[in-house]
Amino acid sequence: MVAGGIPPLEAMALSVVVYAGASMLAATQLLAGGAPLVVILVTALFINVRFMMYSASIRPHLAALPVRWRLAAGYLLADNAYALSVARFTEHPEMKGKAGYYFGAALTVWLTWQAAVAAGIALGAGLPAAWRLEFAAPLAFIALTVPLLRERAMVAAALAAAAAAVAGAGLPVRLGLATAALAGLAAGLLVGRRR
Amino acid sequence: MTLWLAIVGMGAITLALRASFILLPAGLRLPALLRRALPFVPAAVLTALWAPELAFQKGVLSLSLHNERLAGGLVAVLVAWRWRLTFATIASGLIALHLFDWLL
Repeated sequence: MVAGGIPPLEAMALSVVVYAGASMLAATQLLAGGAPLVVILVTALFINVRFMMYSASIRPHLAALPVRWRLAAGYLLADNAYALSVARFTEHPEMKGKAGYYFGAALTVWLTWQAAVAAGIALGAGLPAAWRLEFAAPLAFIALTVPLLRERAMVAAALAAAAAAVAGAGLPVRLGLATAALAGLAAGLLVGRRR
Repeated sequence: MTLWLAIVGMGAITLALRASFILLPAGLRLPALLRRALPFVPAAVLTALWAPELAFQKGVLSLSLHNERLAGGLVAVLVAWRWRLTFATIASGLIALHLFDWLL
């Protein structure tokens, strides 16, 4: 972000206030290109609309909490926090202390993320690019997603989403991600209904 | 100024999306179609996040084993499927990425 022309203070504020990596990178590129505010906000809306699906998906597990805690849970609902929690809740549907598990995972993800952003702002690119450690991010999501694919309908949802995401990768404002999510849900519903 | 407006605006939009359903009253029942679709959210959305990361090599679509990202990712998928271990999945994927890059 700093390399993209955003000053350190504003970069850290963006990280804490928005707390959504993909939309932060997109905003950095758009700001550097002098895009109008409304384009930046619409882009953030499309990139982050998946969080609304996470919110609906995780709601049954957090519904018993007071409103204040649910608001905090919403703020912390990043990809990794959602993926860790929902993988656990899917494998152990009757587990006790789901809220505790969620906040433990989500706060750890938040702290790690903010520390990494601060380190990135202070140090710039630290680790050698030749190690290609950036590939660990999609691999971590593979590790969380693949164990969920135990039924045919789940596999269908994942395959349809993968195909649509690859096909739509070139679409503007990352529309491919939202389209792929809907394609996955539709495929899951169709295959799930047939049985 | 645009920068700070962007920060506040993006923050408000993102929080609204994330908190939306969590903040609905606990007793409220969602429409049946939505409830049936929800179990597929993790498989669909999370896969949509990582699949393009494997399929594109330096920004170009490449669905062959000459794409070391696809090859490394598929090794990771097999390891995750068979053993369900997070660390083994990430480590095997990274090692396979470098191995395929070096071999091909």
